[in-house]
Amino acid sequence: MLKIKNLHAGVDNKKILKGIDLEVNPGEIHAIMGPNGSGKSTLASLIAGKEDFEVTRGKIIFEGEDLDEVSPEERAHKGIFLSFQYPVEIPGVSVTNFIKTAINETRKAKGLPDMPANEMLKLLKEKAEMLEIDRKFLSRSLNEGFSGGEKKRNEIFQMAMLEPRLAVLDETDSGLDIDALRIVANGVNKLRNKDNAVVVITHYQRLLDYIVPDFVHVIHDGKIVKSGTKELALELEEKGYDWIKQEAVL
Amino acid sequence: MAFENEVDLADPVHEIRSEALKNFEAKGFPSRKSEAWKYTSLERLQKVDFSLFPKQDNALEYRDVKKFFLHEIDTYKIVFIDGVYSSYLSETTHDGVDICLMSAALTKPMYKPIIDVYFNKVASREDSLVSLNTAFAKEGAFIYVPKNKVPRKPIEILHFSTGSETAQMLQPRNLIIAEENAEVQVIERHQSLTDNEILTNSVTEIFAGKDAIVDYYKVQNDRESASLIDNTYIDQKEKSHVSVHTFSFGGKLTRNNLNFIQDGEHIDSTLKGVTLLGEKQHVDHHTLVHHQQPNCESHQDYKGIFGQRSTGVFNGKIIVDKIAQKTNAFQQNNNLLISDKASINTKPQLEIFADDVRCSHGCTIGQLDRDALFYLQARGIPKKEASALMMYAFANNVLESVRINELKQRINKLIAKKLGVSLGFEL
Repeated sequence: MLKIKNLHAGVDNKKILKGIDLEVNPGEIHAIMGPNGSGKSTLASLIAGKEDFEVTRGKIIFEGEDLDEVSPEERAHKGIFLSFQYPVEIPGVSVTNFIKTAINETRKAKGLPDMPANEMLKLLKEKAEMLEIDRKFLSRSLNEGFSGGEKKRNEIFQMAMLEPRLAVLDETDSGLDIDALRIVANGVNKLRNKDNAVVVITHYQRLLDYIVPDFVHVIHDGKIVKSGTKELALELEEKGYDWIKQEAVL
Repeated sequence: MAFENEVDLADPVHEIRSEALKNFEAKGFPSRKSEAWKYTSLERLQKVDFSLFPKQDNALEYRDVKKFFLHEIDTYKIVFIDGVYSSYLSETTHDGVDICLMSAALTKPMYKPIIDVYFNKVASREDSLVSLNTAFAKEGAFIYVPKNKVPRKPIEILHFSTGSETAQMLQPRNLIIAEENAEVQVIERHQSLTDNEILTNSVTEIFAGKDAIVDYYKVQNDRESASLIDNTYIDQKEKSHVSVHTFSFGGKLTRNNLNFIQDGEHIDSTLKGVTLLGEKQHVDHHTLVHHQQPNCESHQDYKGIFGQRSTGVFNGKIIVDKIAQKTNAFQQNNNLLISDKASINTKPQLEIFADDVRCSHGCTIGQLDRDALFYLQARGIPKKEASALMMYAFANNVLESVRINELKQRINKLIAKKLGVSLGFEL
């Protein structure tokens, strides 16, 4: 589904990613862990198509297509979803209107008519219940005045509504208390099936107790320095990142 | 331009007119040498050979101009075609309130007591363009809402120009009086129908008595052959609430001189504006709020979005007199420049002589937040729509205080149209 080959990228002559290789197949969950500043969020942004970074070498291939010239919105239409680490506040646009616009723009891109209003309402209700979101929340301005936890839950709500093929969750666990974490993780697990895939980017092992990865990769200094199964995450939790850094140097 | 140097002696307000003409003759058109006109030049307009009076009476069919009315709701209408009243398109009333013509108010003896008290009493006698209007204005809207009265519906004032002259100058004059505990809503629009040059020099005087409520909406979405100098003066008595919303989406050159004089305690004044420009359009908002009495509030919020080679000016002056303690004065001016060639000059001007006041002001000039844009794009919303959505959101809080729902929706649509997108919902 997703193939990243020898990806080098940076911003203003500063190299951030220095040769990332990653392959994600349908039905899989991958966790990407690493210390702060290792390039995790950059990788997430690049998969979603952020243009602030310059790709100097390598490529990202999604469903057999090189994404190099593909805009962020086209990537979204193809089924790539990024749950943002810092969701942006948009005053004056309600959560509902935002999601409606996102869904209908995607349908438009596929040549489909707008989703009928009753169908949309039903879907909103169903997904809001799944994530234990109060209906009042849906008419509030997008992310405006939301707590950290509300913002993250709202991201997963959008994911539930958009049903992506590939979801990249960038530090979705930060800002969540343990109850919210469980609800969000439950939501992600319910959305899983054999045709979609999830990439979980996280600093801590905590989230991986709930969203159990098939593979764990450790990024350090712009490279994946170690890959393994979920046991690797536990090892990292125990030993910290220093031994990885030392291993990388050796 | 050449003006007659005499006024009609038979005119009931001829003394006021003569005095005004003298002031205009002494001062002439303002130039960029004066601080108040530093960023707005009238030089080009002064070279145009405008005719001051249309040579013929022009008529319009309602169906051809229906879209310029707020036709979704029932309204009173005072309509002018090339400065001349159109009874055919208008709907006036004398049923408990007077919603009629300035020419009638100025000439009929029954209105003389009102004219004596209010006409040219709050408008500046120093400003040369106001004087020019005072000297020659023959027509406009006259709205008189006596104590405790509320008209049954909002009032629309529409000025159409047909372009029957190659260049036409119009001098409309409106007088709006809401006496004690009265309430009135007014929507004003200037609309040119051809590409012939139009210059409108408009003066509106608004008097809000004790506890009165006045909501005034200016819809400025004219063609690029039309320029407007709007001079609005508001006199507020105690506990009155007056709001003026200015939606500037069109026209070639627009200058809004909006002046609030607070003459009583516990007054609330609201000044809001959305400016959305492209091409080489120019809009200059000059606001003044004069706090003359204690315990009053003023709220100013102007949002501007400037594309292509458009230019904007915001100059917001707040004066707080020494006795005007406990004043709360707020002023915000936020601008988005969406083109490298667009520009805005923004300047708050605070003159505070009282020591126990809360005055805040802030102005920002920025571009669309790239991270926010990426967020919307990553949800599948194309860049153009995402930009529009953000600009929409940017202007939104100004629309929140519009109390005529259909007007709010109309403005929403105008913004969407101006941004060149159709959004799947209304805010």
